[in-house]
Amino acid sequence: MSELSPAALLSNLKTRRVVNRGFAVLGILAIAIATLILLVLLSQMLIRGLPRFSGDFFLSFPSRFPEKAGILSAWVGTILVMLVTVTAAVPLGIASGIYLEEYAPKNWLSDFIEVNVTNLAGVPSIIYGLLALGLFVYNLGMGDSILTAGLTLALLILPIVVVTTREALRAVPTNIREAAYATGATKWQVTWDHVLRYSLSSIMTGVIIGLSRAIGETAPLITIGALTYIAFLPEPPLNPDFPFVPLTARFPFLNFQQLFAWLHAPFTVMPIQVFNWVSLPDKDFHINAAAAGSVLIGMTLTMNAFAIYLRHRFRKGIKW
Amino acid sequence: MKLQSNWRSSSAIATLATVLAVATPVAVKAQVPTVRVDGSSTVFPITQAVAEEFQAEQRGNVRVTVGVSGTGGGFQKFCIEDGTHISNASRPIKDSEAEACEAAGVEFIEIPVAYDAISVVVSDENDFIESMTLEQLTMLWSVESQDDVTLWSDIDPDWPAEEIELYGPGADSGTFDYFVEDVIEVDSRTDYTPSEDDNVIVRGVSGSEFALGYFGLTYYLNNQDELRAVAVQNEDGDFVYPSADSVNDGSYNPLSRPIYIYVNKQAAEDIPEVAAFVEYYLENADDFVSAVDYVPLPSEDYEAAMNRFESGETGAIRLREGL
Repeated sequence: MSELSPAALLSNLKTRRVVNRGFAVLGILAIAIATLILLVLLSQMLIRGLPRFSGDFFLSFPSRFPEKAGILSAWVGTILVMLVTVTAAVPLGIASGIYLEEYAPKNWLSDFIEVNVTNLAGVPSIIYGLLALGLFVYNLGMGDSILTAGLTLALLILPIVVVTTREALRAVPTNIREAAYATGATKWQVTWDHVLRYSLSSIMTGVIIGLSRAIGETAPLITIGALTYIAFLPEPPLNPDFPFVPLTARFPFLNFQQLFAWLHAPFTVMPIQVFNWVSLPDKDFHINAAAAGSVLIGMTLTMNAFAIYLRHRFRKGIKW
Repeated sequence: MKLQSNWRSSSAIATLATVLAVATPVAVKAQVPTVRVDGSSTVFPITQAVAEEFQAEQRGNVRVTVGVSGTGGGFQKFCIEDGTHISNASRPIKDSEAEACEAAGVEFIEIPVAYDAISVVVSDENDFIESMTLEQLTMLWSVESQDDVTLWSDIDPDWPAEEIELYGPGADSGTFDYFVEDVIEVDSRTDYTPSEDDNVIVRGVSGSEFALGYFGLTYYLNNQDELRAVAVQNEDGDFVYPSADSVNDGSYNPLSRPIYIYVNKQAAEDIPEVAAFVEYYLENADDFVSAVDYVPLPSEDYEAAMNRFESGETGAIRLREGL
C-alpha cells in the first residue's frame, strides 16, 4: 500500500466510520420494520378475535353457530399430537445426532446419510403426509389417529433436530473431550457426562424450531385424515376418582388399554380449525378464526418460553 | 450438584416416555359408536349442522366426525375396506371412483341432499357486465381462449379493452368439475387464479372491477356488499340471476347442480347409528340446508331419497331427471 498523508488517512477513516455507522442504522431499520409488521399483524388478529375470547370459546366444540363455536377439540388435539411428536422426535433425533457426530465412522455410508438428512430438512411437508399415509395409515394400520399425526410431525422435524444436535455437539471445544479422555473416560462417558451436557442448551433451540414448525402444520395432517368437525375428546387416560390411575386385577395391574386409548382417537388440530373457519362463507366465523389464530400463537410462544426456561436451567452451573 | 439432579430426572423422564411410546398397545376401539363422514367442503356446512344436532339429540350415545378432504379425496377414503361410512360429494361419483368402490367391495347408496347454484360474480364496482350468454361464458373460460381472449372487448365489443382477471376453484374441487363438464363442456383455461378457499376468490374478484369468478351460491349471498351476480342465459333463452327461487323453479340452468352424500350400504346395515344419522339427515334436510344458505330439494325428492335409502338401492343412479 502506498503512503498516505495524515489528512488522507483521516478522511479515509471518516468514510469507513460512516459506512460502519450506516450499516448499524440499516440493521436496526431492518429489524424495526420486521418487528413492526409482525406486531401489526398479531395485534390486528388479536383485536379481530377479541369478541370471541371467553371461557366458553376454550370449552366448546365447533358449531354451525359462530358465537357458540369453540376450540376445545382443536387445542386438546394439538397438545396431544405435540406430546407424541416430542416423545418420538426428541430422543430419536438427539440419539441420531450423537451417533452421526461422535460414533459414525467417516465413510461413504455416513456421508450418504448426512446428505440425506440435510436434504430431508427441506422436503415440503405434504410429502411427509403422503409418506405417513402409506406407511402409518395403510401399512401399519394405525388409522387416522393422534399417534399417526404425532409420528408424522416427528418425521417432519427429525431432520431439524438431527442437524442442530450435530452442530451443537461440534461446537463443544475439543479440549473438553480430550481432558475427559485423558482421565480414562469411555466415549459414552465423554458424550453423556460432558459433551451432551454442554451442548444441551443449543440442542433445545433446534427442538424449539422444529416444534414451532410442527404446531402450525396442516397439509400433512389433512392427508393422513385429520378431521374438521369433531365434537368429542379422546378417552381420558386417568379415572376421575381415586386412585385416578386405571388399575386392573391381573398383571401388570395397570390398564394400558385405557392409559393409551387417546393415542388411537380421531382428532383435529388448531391450524385445521383455523383454516376451516377462514374458508366458511359466513363472515362471523372469520372472527373465530382470528381468535383461534391468536390462541395458536399463544400456544407456540408458551411452548418456546418453556423450552427457553429449560435451556436456562441446563446452562446454569456450566463453566468452561 | 443441582445440575446433576436435574439432569438425572429429566433423562429419566425422557427414557420413560420413550419406553411408554414404544410399548403402546395398538388398536383400541372406542366404546361409543362413531359415524365417520369425509369429503367435499361444499357439503361440509350441511353435514356439520346435521351432525351437531344429531349428536345433541342422541345425548352422547353417538359420535359423528366430519373431515374435509374434497370430493375426490373423500371418495378415496370411502372406496376402501373399512373406509368412511358416508362421503360428502359436490358432484356425482365418477366411473373410476365407482370402479374403485366395486374393487374394494364397497356398495354405495347415492343420495342427493341439496342444490347448489354456481354463481358467476363480478365486483360491485364493475359497471359493464350485467348478463352473459352461455356462449360468452364458454368463450371466456374455454382453454382455446387462453391466447385469444385476454381483453373484455374480445368477448363483447361494447365492453372495455381491459385485461380479464379470472378467479375460480382449483381442479380438485367438485365445483370445478361441474363447471367444466356440465356448464362450459370444454376444458377450462388454466391462466386463472385458482383457490381451494372460496373466500380467496371473493377477495380477488371484489378487488378489481375487471375481475370475474365463480363459486357456490352461499359465498355470493354472504358477500353481496362487495359482489354482484351475473345473470346467465338459460336453455329457454332467459337471463337468470342465482337465487333460491330460480334454482327451485328450474330456471337457473345449467348452473344449478345437486350435491350428494354417498352412504356405505354395508355400514348402514351393520351400524344402526349410521342408518339413524342418514334418516335424521333426510328428515331434517329442509331446515338445515336453508340454514346454511343452500337450496333444499322439493320435499317429494327427500321422500324419494328416503325410500331409496330404506330399500337399499345401490349404484350411481339418478333419483330423477336432473338429480
